[in-house]
Amino acid sequence: MRKFERNVFPYLLLAPTLIIFGLFLFFPAVNGLWISLTKWDGINPQVFVGIQNYIKLFSDRGFWNSFLRTIFFTGVSVPLVYVSAMGLALLLSGARKGNDFFRAVFYWPTMISSIIVGLTWRFLLGEEFGVINYLLTVMGHSPVKWLTDQNYSMGVVIFVTAWSMSGYYMVMFISGIKAISETYYEAARIDGAGFYHQFRYITLPLLKPTSLLVLVLSTVTIIKTYPLVYALTQGGPAGATKFMVQTIQETGFEKNQMGYASAMTMILFVLLAMFTVIQFKVNKGGEQDAD
Amino acid sequence: MQTKGRKYFLNGATWAILLILTFLFLIPILWVIGSSFKSTGELFSWPPSLIGKNPSFFNYQKALEEGRFGIYFFNTVFTSVTATFLTIVVNVMSGYAFAKYRFKGDKILFGIVLATLMIPLEVIMIPIFKVIVATGLYNSLWGLIIPAVASPTAVFLVRQYYVGIPDAYMEAARIDGASETSILMRIMLPLAKPVISVLCIFSFMWRWNDYLWPKLVINSKERYTIQLALANYSGEYSVDWNSLLAMSVISMIPVIIVFVTLQSHIIGGMTAGGVKE
Repeated sequence: MRKFERNVFPYLLLAPTLIIFGLFLFFPAVNGLWISLTKWDGINPQVFVGIQNYIKLFSDRGFWNSFLRTIFFTGVSVPLVYVSAMGLALLLSGARKGNDFFRAVFYWPTMISSIIVGLTWRFLLGEEFGVINYLLTVMGHSPVKWLTDQNYSMGVVIFVTAWSMSGYYMVMFISGIKAISETYYEAARIDGAGFYHQFRYITLPLLKPTSLLVLVLSTVTIIKTYPLVYALTQGGPAGATKFMVQTIQETGFEKNQMGYASAMTMILFVLLAMFTVIQFKVNKGGEQDAD
Repeated sequence: MQTKGRKYFLNGATWAILLILTFLFLIPILWVIGSSFKSTGELFSWPPSLIGKNPSFFNYQKALEEGRFGIYFFNTVFTSVTATFLTIVVNVMSGYAFAKYRFKGDKILFGIVLATLMIPLEVIMIPIFKVIVATGLYNSLWGLIIPAVASPTAVFLVRQYYVGIPDAYMEAARIDGASETSILMRIMLPLAKPVISVLCIFSFMWRWNDYLWPKLVINSKERYTIQLALANYSGEYSVDWNSLLAMSVISMIPVIIVFVTLQSHIIGGMTAGGVKE
């Protein structure tokens, strides 16, 4: 009786988690593949069309433009987030008075929702009423169309992304830096190494596992950017900041081309899966290092 | 002597950089909070002031009365609190099972949990919609709650924590004749307080700030969460900044409270598990 109880109990404990994952993750994932092979508007019955959606997708310029835009945006934002997170961590890793306060200040934007981050900057950067344009005019410049000029909107989105995410990865870097033994630095100082050499030859190499993790996590997060842009520019002007998730969402739910949108998600899936696989490897590597 | 001067210079430079950065990180939000007390005219007039000449709660009153903000607020609180409670129940159960029992298929099942990291919501937007409709969860607050309850991150966190607690507690209780259920409820659950509180904070924040999931599930305005309402209003042709700012500030209040009181938990918990939804 006791043995029976012990054998069955773990399955009972796992049941809710597995049912939810099965119903709301794995089933849709497989089903998505099927939907991508059909024509479906979300209401009427699905019609099997084979790989037609994929053939159409390959010559869809709008989609590939948003794909390349996403790659470009990610390619610029990730290094920027990486460098600013690292920079903040280096400034704050020591035991200076007030560091707890600064850490909280830089971490704070990661706590508020992407929608509010987007709205906040949209308010600050407003063309005719925004405080930033006011400051520009005071300094003798003319106001800038931050959000409605194609030359600026992408830059603004990249900046706001870095603003809202750096604090999160800063915390990871700080704990990485704290894990480095002080003896390395003492030895380096005795040999006369300055700040730059200590960073270049001790901090940076020993932070490699953390660095990789930060790069992969931020890449996956940034590729999926949607709410922030929706609140900030709505993907505009004229689609200049429209990334993949928004394109898929609009194709599926506004144009009601669910089958076609599903084919698009497969491209997104492959893109994200590449980085997630690296993440698994890196994480494992990190664990081994710790042992 | 020269090096000492240099050290002072470096220290001063660091402080200067930190203060400039503090300005950059703090001012935008403070500016929004200040502006939420301004009248329409002052909101758009130059030179701008921090809170206007006659700061008032007019915008808040307007958001509450006209904008149905009370309903959105209730929906968000109900969803976040219920989902957080269930998240803890469900993931403590599964994390505990993975940490403390050896059973047939345990490695495979854990592999399955790990594999869920490969399937972000963004990738299954279309088919999940089908499931939500089929299960009758479409346009229901439960549709926001139930699918969000199981989280791989939460399972890992709890499992990791229980792995660190010796099995001897359980063995001793078994010798005393305790059932598996009462071992969990009376001994192991109280021991998990630290990880439960970390989970509480993050789960609440995830649900409170969530946008994409509500966007897929919710259709009618009476079921809107705050984030959904904010995004919706901001998409209108002429944006009503007065209500929008007031709503933004109110929706930040729980976040501010959580952050200020539990700051060390949050930053500590984050580094422990690499918490990311």
